[in-house]
Amino acid sequence: MYPSRFGYESPKTVEEAIAILDASGGDAKILAGGQSLVPMLKLRFAAPEMLVDINNIDGLRYINVEADGTVRIGALTRHEDLEYSDELPTASPVLAAAAHLVADPIVRTRGTFVGSVCHADPQGDWAAAMTALGGHIVAQGPNGKRTIEVKDFVIGPFQNALAYNEIAIEAVIPAPKGKSTGSYLKLERRVGDFATASVAVSLDMVGDVVARAGSALAGVGGRTIDATDAVASLVGQKLTEENIKTAAEAVAAAAEPRSDHRGTSDYKRQIVKTFVIRILTGLAESSQKVA
Amino acid sequence: MALDEIKIGGMGARRRRVEDNRFIRGKGNYVDDIVLQGMLHMEILRSPMAHARIKSIDVSKAYEIPGVRLVLTGEMMAARNLAWMPTLSYDTQAVLATDKVRFQGQEVAAVIADDPYIAKDACQAIVVEYEALPVIVNPLQAMASDATVIRDDKENQPGNKVFDWEIGDREATDKAFAEADVISKMELHYPRSHPSPMETCGSIADFNRATGKLTVYMTSQAPHIVRAAVAMVAELPEHMIRIVSPDLGGGFGNKVPIYPGYVISILASILTERPVKWIEDKTGNLISTGFGRDVYLKGEMALRKDGKILGMRMNTISDHGAFYADAQPSKFKIGLMHSTFACYDLPAAHLTSTGYYTNKAPGGVAYRCSFRVTEAMFFQERMIHAAADDLGMDQAEFRRMNLVKDDMFPYRTAFGFLTDSGQYEKCLNVGMEAIGYSTFKQEQEEARKRGKLLGIGISTMTEPLGAGNSREYDILGIKMFDSAELRVHMTGKAILRTGAMNQGQGHQTTWAQIVAHELGIPADDITVEEGDTDTAPFGMGTYASRSTPVAGAAVAMVSRKIRAKARKIAAHLLEVSEEDIEWELGRFYVRSNKERGVTIQDCALAAYSNMPDGMEPGLENNAYYDPPNLTWPFAAYFVKVEVDAETGVWDVLNVVAVDDCGVRINPMIVEGQIMGGLTEAYAMASMQYITFDEEGNCIGSNYMDYLLPTAWETPGFELHEVVTPCPHHPIGAKGIGECATVAGPAAFVNAVVNAVSHTGVRNIDMPMMPNRVYEALTTGKDVSGMPPVRISE
Repeated sequence: MYPSRFGYESPKTVEEAIAILDASGGDAKILAGGQSLVPMLKLRFAAPEMLVDINNIDGLRYINVEADGTVRIGALTRHEDLEYSDELPTASPVLAAAAHLVADPIVRTRGTFVGSVCHADPQGDWAAAMTALGGHIVAQGPNGKRTIEVKDFVIGPFQNALAYNEIAIEAVIPAPKGKSTGSYLKLERRVGDFATASVAVSLDMVGDVVARAGSALAGVGGRTIDATDAVASLVGQKLTEENIKTAAEAVAAAAEPRSDHRGTSDYKRQIVKTFVIRILTGLAESSQKVA
Repeated sequence: MALDEIKIGGMGARRRRVEDNRFIRGKGNYVDDIVLQGMLHMEILRSPMAHARIKSIDVSKAYEIPGVRLVLTGEMMAARNLAWMPTLSYDTQAVLATDKVRFQGQEVAAVIADDPYIAKDACQAIVVEYEALPVIVNPLQAMASDATVIRDDKENQPGNKVFDWEIGDREATDKAFAEADVISKMELHYPRSHPSPMETCGSIADFNRATGKLTVYMTSQAPHIVRAAVAMVAELPEHMIRIVSPDLGGGFGNKVPIYPGYVISILASILTERPVKWIEDKTGNLISTGFGRDVYLKGEMALRKDGKILGMRMNTISDHGAFYADAQPSKFKIGLMHSTFACYDLPAAHLTSTGYYTNKAPGGVAYRCSFRVTEAMFFQERMIHAAADDLGMDQAEFRRMNLVKDDMFPYRTAFGFLTDSGQYEKCLNVGMEAIGYSTFKQEQEEARKRGKLLGIGISTMTEPLGAGNSREYDILGIKMFDSAELRVHMTGKAILRTGAMNQGQGHQTTWAQIVAHELGIPADDITVEEGDTDTAPFGMGTYASRSTPVAGAAVAMVSRKIRAKARKIAAHLLEVSEEDIEWELGRFYVRSNKERGVTIQDCALAAYSNMPDGMEPGLENNAYYDPPNLTWPFAAYFVKVEVDAETGVWDVLNVVAVDDCGVRINPMIVEGQIMGGLTEAYAMASMQYITFDEEGNCIGSNYMDYLLPTAWETPGFELHEVVTPCPHHPIGAKGIGECATVAGPAAFVNAVVNAVSHTGVRNIDMPMMPNRVYEALTTGKDVSGMPPVRISE
């Protein structure tokens, strides 16, 4: 790899990192897992003046599940930490389902959850999962911390709402209204391929009634697609074959796919619809079993 | 007592690969591992345009960067008569572009600098002004009467056509069609792919002005051909050129051609009088070096009602890119395409082929195959599948009826090849048994009732491996023999050198096993060396599964020469006449008294210390082997799949591979070759292709866009063995490195097509991505893989 020339700093604290970013005036990039940034450096698509490596800052690698069910994920938490977490399958089945579909096992050992959300790739899995879950990002800058909802955080392809002197230090999944259920399905041509279509569906259940519904899509638009409105009809309802089909069609209609070498836009909508039906049917069957 | 052949690592031993010890410890020695004193680094500036006139090149900004030593352009190459070079198919190829760029990624300039970072920075500082020209990305555009002529550098160039070629008996074939009850048709595209060795191409050229010697460390599968070519192109004396191929990180045909980068690094070293290293990056490798396939195949088959094949005609239109740089025997314009249907008793056949230039990378290499046989056999097995369906016959029984029978060998194919051995029906039966063929149809029907789509696909074929005999096969006029040289040291250890070039096949392991088999010297006592033209005997290198058939035969033959001399020494040591001596593995003994004997090691010592009067000392020899025929392995592959009707995703349930490659030297290595080949077959069938957009941009210039399967999605393989020794090879072996890549893809496609055949679909072009399968299922129509390019009406 022969990138353009760049400076390198390796701060030991978040405050120190923010000071370096602030001083750089916008020409610095945070290096966390590097699984998107380093390939871009290699191809010289990215040529920052300075890399601020945050890997030597202690205390940023954690998954905390709080008593009320809130999940907090630190800036240096690797994808594989989510994949192998014992708590996530119960605390957040959507994240648990997505974790082993992110990139490939090699990338998952190094790449970070928060970094992936910050990268804001329209095909990124975590931004979609976080959107479906109604999560937010905690950003820290020279003037302290602020909270940004993920749907406002990802402002476009490869664009996030961080100021140049802010670091996304934590991702937060709010406490569910009832039991957190849901899943994540992805069609890819090969492990590590960008998604042809990905679907996240998150349902908070009280008994067999939907208390909250969220959905988001990756790979089927120029940005992460928030399809939460499309599943709003499920709230207050039990899952039935009929309302599952209605929701699936609404989610498919929310997709904005383009025809390309991965398939036509109609094909991608068909995948979205199929995946929503599969996820919701699976949830309906398991809630019946419980009931 | 004779030695236990397996214990000494002889024929049939599952000897662990000698190479792996250094590779898995990171102790290999690849071109990029070599560091020479004072070495400079070279980076190539490539064209972003697929077809454009070069109006100007300004290198002044590049020279302003500290550490830049030299910037080479086409003009500077032309001043030394090196702007163009010959290809292996009697065409010419630009080394650095002078007039036009003809494909995206073509070499435009080169920077030689103190380190690769500086060289890359300097490339970005070179300003090239291009004037865009109309771009041609497929043969259909190339053949249009008003198409822009890509090769306007050539005199008398007829449009964009490269060649017209035909073979077979047109009249007899026409007659067969006139008599046919049923005519079955097939049309498909075998997409462009790239061999993608893990190590890219590269070289270190080291010209020593004081000695006049040029040493080039190079990623070449055929270093001796390179030496000959450099001698001719660079007009350097052949004895002053040393080409060294060290460890190669894979080749798969990609490292047969001679690339511009090698030539530029040589001139750069001559001009700077410093060693110059060039290591291509992955994108450079994918967009500029020898691709595989890219052929449109169309044909039809004349059939009798009862299933007998009467004749076949076929037409190919091939896309060669901007320069006709196919690496293939010179007599054949489209490789060994005419080996198609060689395993079937086919009375009449005719093939016409046309090649075209396009604005794509050159070099249709034999990507893990014996010169276009991959396309030939893929078409064959898709055509056979369609014909059986059209006749309403069972796939296996249709093949059984038409396969060449055991008692028909030697069999002359309709296109003139001589197949000499095989047990085709037995292989078919072994495979059918293993996959559970007899109950499959029932299983399929029951699954359909439950909404599940199951399919089974068969592919059977024999292919011509081991080019080849000197009557028919040469490259640039040099006959395709190969060689071995064996030197037995006085303690009975030995060094063997051959003209082949290992790139993952395990020559260091298996060549020693052949010597062990012939001489009884333990394989561990034998060093194997290849790739250094100053020390190894001349050979044509390793590709087209030719190593074991040709160089491997030379290894056996040179061992026999050594044994013949050792016998004379043994007679001398045992004080009997040579006629009274018998041989058993590793030992000569007196016929009348088996206890009285000497080992091969005793003979080796005597060759240096106690030779018979008048005998030349030493125990070494060489052998050049010109094979009497190609070798003809046979493969019968079965694949079972399940297709998801809602998404078009297909999963492989089972793969059964029956291979008959004759006698297996090292079964473990053979199995590794088959599994590697099956993986590449699955890759082609499922995901691996390189396409281009209308502007000629390569879609597949990195491994996010050009998909190679990982261990994650590659299915498991069940392997079976049938052994029919090659009648003419000294140890009965046939080629095997490529059978699975060649026969495999059709088995996967046939399986998926079988699963969706209830809709009327006859063909889905590779790669069978889920969207294509879904399209076939929902429309009931064939899905063509024609590049996504708008063809103007």
